[in-house]
Amino acid sequence: MKLITAIIKPHKVDEVKTALREVGITGITVSEVKGFGRQGGHTEHYRGAEYTVEFTPKAKLEIVVDTDQVTTVTDTIRRAANSDKIGDGKIWVTPVETVIRIRTGEQGTDAI
Amino acid sequence: MRRKVLVTIAGTTIATWVVAAPASAQDAMTADAVQVTLDNIWVLVAAILVIFMQAGFALVESGLTRSKNVANIMMKNLMDFSAGVLAFGAFGFAIAFGAGNNFSGTEGWFLNTSVFDEGYFGSLSLPTFFIFQVAFAATAATIVSGAMAERTKFKSYFVYSFVITALIYPLVVHWTWGGGWLSQLATPFSDFAGSTVVHSVGGWAALMGALILGPRIGKYRNGKPTAIPGHSIPFAIIGVFILFIGWFGFNPGSELAADAAVSSIALTTLIAGAAGGVAATFTVWLKSGYPDVAMAGNGVLAGLVGITAGCAAVSPWGAFIIGALAGIIVVASVLIIDRVGVDDPVGAISVHGVCGAFGTIMVGLLATDGGLFYGGGTDQLISQVIGVVAVFAFIVVTTGALFMLLKVTIGLRVPAEEEIEGLDVVEHGAPGYGFDVAATASL
Repeated sequence: MKLITAIIKPHKVDEVKTALREVGITGITVSEVKGFGRQGGHTEHYRGAEYTVEFTPKAKLEIVVDTDQVTTVTDTIRRAANSDKIGDGKIWVTPVETVIRIRTGEQGTDAI
Repeated sequence: MRRKVLVTIAGTTIATWVVAAPASAQDAMTADAVQVTLDNIWVLVAAILVIFMQAGFALVESGLTRSKNVANIMMKNLMDFSAGVLAFGAFGFAIAFGAGNNFSGTEGWFLNTSVFDEGYFGSLSLPTFFIFQVAFAATAATIVSGAMAERTKFKSYFVYSFVITALIYPLVVHWTWGGGWLSQLATPFSDFAGSTVVHSVGGWAALMGALILGPRIGKYRNGKPTAIPGHSIPFAIIGVFILFIGWFGFNPGSELAADAAVSSIALTTLIAGAAGGVAATFTVWLKSGYPDVAMAGNGVLAGLVGITAGCAAVSPWGAFIIGALAGIIVVASVLIIDRVGVDDPVGAISVHGVCGAFGTIMVGLLATDGGLFYGGGTDQLISQVIGVVAVFAFIVVTTGALFMLLKVTIGLRVPAEEEIEGLDVVEHGAPGYGFDVAATASL
C-alpha cells in the first residue's frame, strides 16, 4: 500500500475529486495548507503599498491506495490539477505499513 | 428629562394629526409649536444617525486590521462611546456650552437644568441638544482608535477616551460653537458641522497617539514600510456605507432645525462623498496599478470629512471640488505618513486630520458668501487658517502630553509577545473569533 500526497491549487480540488471518483477511489483527506515552492510566494498590493505573500494557500490531498493503483491515481491527479501554470503543485508517494478501519478492525487493503 | 422627551413625542403625534387636518386640533397647536416639535424630532433623528456612525467606525477599523485584534478594536469603539457619553454628560457638555469665558465654559456640570433652562438652545430641548452633541464628542474620540490599533493597552485607551471627551474636545467646541474666542474673531471662524472641531481634533490626536506608540511590529523592514492587510474588506466597506449614511445626520443635523437648508446640505454632503471616492480610486490606481478597495473607502470618508465644514456654505460645484481634492489628498497623505514612519493602520490621520483641515480652509475660498473665489476677500480665509492652526497646536500639545503621561505611568503599549499573539486573548480573555476560526488565521 502507498500513501499518495498531492499539493494542488485550492480551486482544483473539486475537479481532482471528481476525476478520482471516476477511477474508483473511495476516500480522500483534504486539508487547507500554506507553503512555497519554486514559485516563491507572490506580490500583492494594499492601500498603495506592495507586500509579499511568502506562503501561498494550497490544498493537500492524502489518499491511501493499493500499490497497483498508484500510477492510475497519480496520472489522474496530474491530469485534473494541471493548469500549465507555475504553482500547480506536486505529488509524492510514500510506503504505508498498514491501514486499520476503526469501526470493524479490518486491516491492510481491506481497510482502504 | 425623560418627561420632556415624552412631551416631545406626544407633540409629534399631535403634529401628525394637524397635518391630517381636523380644524379643532389646529386651534390647539400654533405653527410655532409645530416647528419646535419638528426641530426637536429632526435633530434627535440626526443624533441617532450620528450615533450609528460608531458602528461604521467599528467596522472600518476592524476590517482594516488583523483578526487577532478584532475584539479589541470592537471593545475600544464600544467603550469610547460609552465612557464618552458619561464623561461628556458630566463635564464636557458644561465646558463646551456652559457660560464662562472665551476659553472655557464654567457652569452646567452634570447637565444642570437650572443652567441649561428652557430656550437656552433655541427651539431645541436640553435632551435633544445633548444627545446630538454627545454623538459628535464620541465621533471625535473614536477616530483615534484606528490609528492606535493593534498595539495599545486597553486601560490606557480607556483613560484617553475619558479625558478627550471630558476636557480636550469640549474646549475646542467652546471656542467655535459655544461662544468662545474663535467665534468672536472679526470674521468668525466658520466650521458648520466640524471638519476641524470634530474630525481634525480626532485626526491630530490620532497623529500624536500613533507617533508616541511607534509602529506595529513588522510594519517596517529595513526602514521601508510594508503593507499589513486588514482581515475583512467587506467589514471595511460596509463600515464606509454606514458612515456615509450617518453623515446625513452629522451635516444636515447641524442645521439644528427642520428647515429648507437641510436638504441642500444633504446634497453637498452626498456629492463630496461620491467625488472623494472616485478621485481616490483613480489616484491610487494611477499610483499603484490597482483600484485599491480600502483606499477608495478612505476616499469617500475624506470627501465627507472635507465637506463637513462648508456643507452649508458652498454650492454643489464647490462640494464636488472639495470632495474630489480631498480624495486625491488622502491618497498622497496616507503614502507620505506611511513613509515617514508613522504607522496608521486605517488612515485616520489622513482622512480626519489632513482632510478636515483642508476642508475647513476651503470654506475661505469656496463659501458663496464671503469666500475668496466669490469676491469675498481674504478675511474668511484668514479666520479659517487661524482656526485650523490653533486647533492643530492645541491638540498636538494636549494629547501629546496626555499620551506621554500615560506612557510613563500605566504604559501605552502592550508587550511585544502580546502584540504578536494578538490583543484579543491577552487584553480581553478570549479571541474575537472562536478558536476554530482563529487557528488558521495566525499563520
